[in-house]
Amino acid sequence: MSRSWQQPPKRIPTDVTTCRFQVDMSVCDGYGICAELVPELIKLDDWGYPILSDGAVPVELARHARRAVRFCPKLALSLVPAEAGSATSETAAVAG
Amino acid sequence: MTIAPTGNPTSNPAEGGVGRDGIEPRLLGRWLRTGRPANLDEHSRQYRRVPSESGPEIIRLATAAGLRGRGGAWFPTGRKLAAVAEQAAQAGSAYVVVNAAESEPASMKDRLLLQAAPHLVLDGAELAAAAVGARHITVCVHREAHALEALQGAIAERRAGRWGRPGIRLSVVTTPRWYVSAEGTSVARFVGGGPAKPRSVSAYKQGVRNQPTMVSNAETYAQLALIARYGAAWFRQLGTETAPGTWLVTLSGAVVQPGVYEVPVGTTAAEILRLAGGPTEPWQALLLGGYCGLWMPSGSMLDIPLAPEELRAAGVAPGSGVLVGLPAHACGLAETARVVAWLAAQNARQCGPCFKGTPAIAEELAGLTWRQDRRALQRLRYTMAMVYRRGACSHPNGIVSVTESALRVFAADVRTHQSGDGCKWMSRTPTLPIPAPLPLGEPWR
Repeated sequence: MSRSWQQPPKRIPTDVTTCRFQVDMSVCDGYGICAELVPELIKLDDWGYPILSDGAVPVELARHARRAVRFCPKLALSLVPAEAGSATSETAAVAG
Repeated sequence: MTIAPTGNPTSNPAEGGVGRDGIEPRLLGRWLRTGRPANLDEHSRQYRRVPSESGPEIIRLATAAGLRGRGGAWFPTGRKLAAVAEQAAQAGSAYVVVNAAESEPASMKDRLLLQAAPHLVLDGAELAAAAVGARHITVCVHREAHALEALQGAIAERRAGRWGRPGIRLSVVTTPRWYVSAEGTSVARFVGGGPAKPRSVSAYKQGVRNQPTMVSNAETYAQLALIARYGAAWFRQLGTETAPGTWLVTLSGAVVQPGVYEVPVGTTAAEILRLAGGPTEPWQALLLGGYCGLWMPSGSMLDIPLAPEELRAAGVAPGSGVLVGLPAHACGLAETARVVAWLAAQNARQCGPCFKGTPAIAEELAGLTWRQDRRALQRLRYTMAMVYRRGACSHPNGIVSVTESALRVFAADVRTHQSGDGCKWMSRTPTLPIPAPLPLGEPWR
């Protein structure tokens, strides 16, 4: 898998209840650890890649959400402000 | 204005012309009159020097003119310039990429524009560079377009003639042949030394070597070069309220005179077809936007103005101006199955749902089309839902869109194929040409 050229973003904000999940699918390798750690918010498709819940992280799952981000082996998963862009990519929405 | 596929003007000059008043086409006017590209001397006599506007003024002009990107997304150019400029102010540098990579098989407008008016494109790119604070511009052309030498010649002319903004370096590169290599983030990545594969982050934030990068289609820059000279009000004289100006469309398929046409945004497909001498045989449908575009049934839909807002209500989009007319005596399902098989093989192999899912879509569509597989349709719908918007770029979305629109527009063919009767047109010579598959080791650099 080619290495992401992104500067390391702040993947785990302080208050995650105003955040939702985002995955860089070009980096994700389908390990599935995220779905193990927070199955209420992340499911796996038939090929083992994450399908993320759209909404903000509920407070009772905050700890699990943070853990899922921390344990992603490819650093592909992050938590972003809930209003920002789409779940897998901003470029798909705003082509260049 | 008519251009035969070889790029030479035909002997039958425009009946309609831009604006239907015989107004000279803005981008292609000179080319149509002379049949030759304008060298710098002719260009400078026709257009005189670009006004030396400041960066903010250029952005203001582009915004006031309502210029929108002509690469397929129709994103407001002024807004993109402003976004790049803002990022560049923080990052301390910026880059400009001219995207003429045009990997879309049914599109010819960008390679024609580069032949016909290279200096307009380069003038516009220099304006963009001034607007965002970039000192480097790279033009990306398709490896098979053989445009490298001509463009390098145009750049040399500018240097010798001291034309253009000082302190800005122009270069040209040829991009790999993959379909997705012509995507905006792909070309930026390639120019920066990486593979020509899409990225998850937008180029305006992190493009060439992670600098804020303005990536736009060649035609967009050419339009900008005219706006800088003639003003926003002039630009808005043609086109629609929300999408002003003219645009270049590539018309092919069952058409008497296929080729590239320049028309005001909002011209209908029926009008463009008239300019092209009409259909060679009755049409059943039109593919609009590109191979990753959308099918439109023939009939009243051909009278919808081809502009983003007007088409959105009909569930379609203008894309990069590709129009392919499908004759009645052809099988839309078979054509789409071939296109989707090719598109699926063109994925960048980066995102799981795409490199797993798009070949699955192609396989299921092939099962429906060629093998009378009655359960393929159900699996196909399931897979499409699993793939749509699940990648880092819009390649999987385009594949889903063209497939879904085919299932709708060619619903009768779907029923015939499912019932095992086959269809009598499915072996006809394809209307949509499929490029030869790329060899296994085809480079991404």
